Amino acid sequence: MNAVAAIPSVRHTIIVKASREHAFDVFTRGIDTWWFRDHHIGTEPLKEVVMEPRQGGRVFERGIRGAECDWGRVLVWEPPARLVVSWGIGGDWRFDPDLSRASEYEVRFIEEAPTRTRVEFEHRHFERHGEAGQNIRDRIEKGWAKLLAAYRESAKAA
Amino acid sequence: MAIFERLERGPLPVGEIARGLPVTRSAVSQHLKVLKHAGLVTSQRAANRQIYRIDANGVAGLRDYFDRFWQESLQSFKQAAEKPFTEKYR
Repeated sequence: MNAVAAIPSVRHTIIVKASREHAFDVFTRGIDTWWFRDHHIGTEPLKEVVMEPRQGGRVFERGIRGAECDWGRVLVWEPPARLVVSWGIGGDWRFDPDLSRASEYEVRFIEEAPTRTRVEFEHRHFERHGEAGQNIRDRIEKGWAKLLAAYRESAKAA
Repeated sequence: MAIFERLERGPLPVGEIARGLPVTRSAVSQHLKVLKHAGLVTSQRAANRQIYRIDANGVAGLRDYFDRFWQESLQSFKQAAEKPFTEKYR
């Protein structure tokens, strides 16, 4: 359903006082140094976030007991200029490996001076998570249907 | 694309959404059905017409969530990237 209307991208631009090589490095290999600890989907407490530094590399979390939980893949690896990563976590907070249902974010590192880098960030194609959103709704509806059926039964018995 | 942009400005009936678009009204209806199924828009019957609006609790809500999420995360990234070299990670 690529004909479906797009949801506007999330865009942010920030200035980092560092070289773009360093900025790229911290964003990728150093992702664990800045990722908020409470933003993860695994059942174990978060030990670390890993971005494998290559095209096709995995982006995943590792729990304190070693369980790994995928988040996405490196789609474009062009250090120190550009990075595109798929984001397979939709509205139900589960990882879906199907890229057709994944959004993606792109990060561009633009040198403004040797120690000043403009970082342009875009997270796009949220509409691809549509199915997941639908699934949640379906589950909630099914849950209510069950609850109402149980209620009906107990009301009958009374 | 155009359909969603129109709805961003506020709720509209199909006729209004289709006005000026190079597609038939039934194509727009079909499109809206898909958007509705995907949880992107909702509809409500008012004065015998279906009024469509963006579903703020649906995937659009997901977008808003990520907007805030990335804004905060990128600030955190900036701080990490600007730390003196000696404090470099690992």
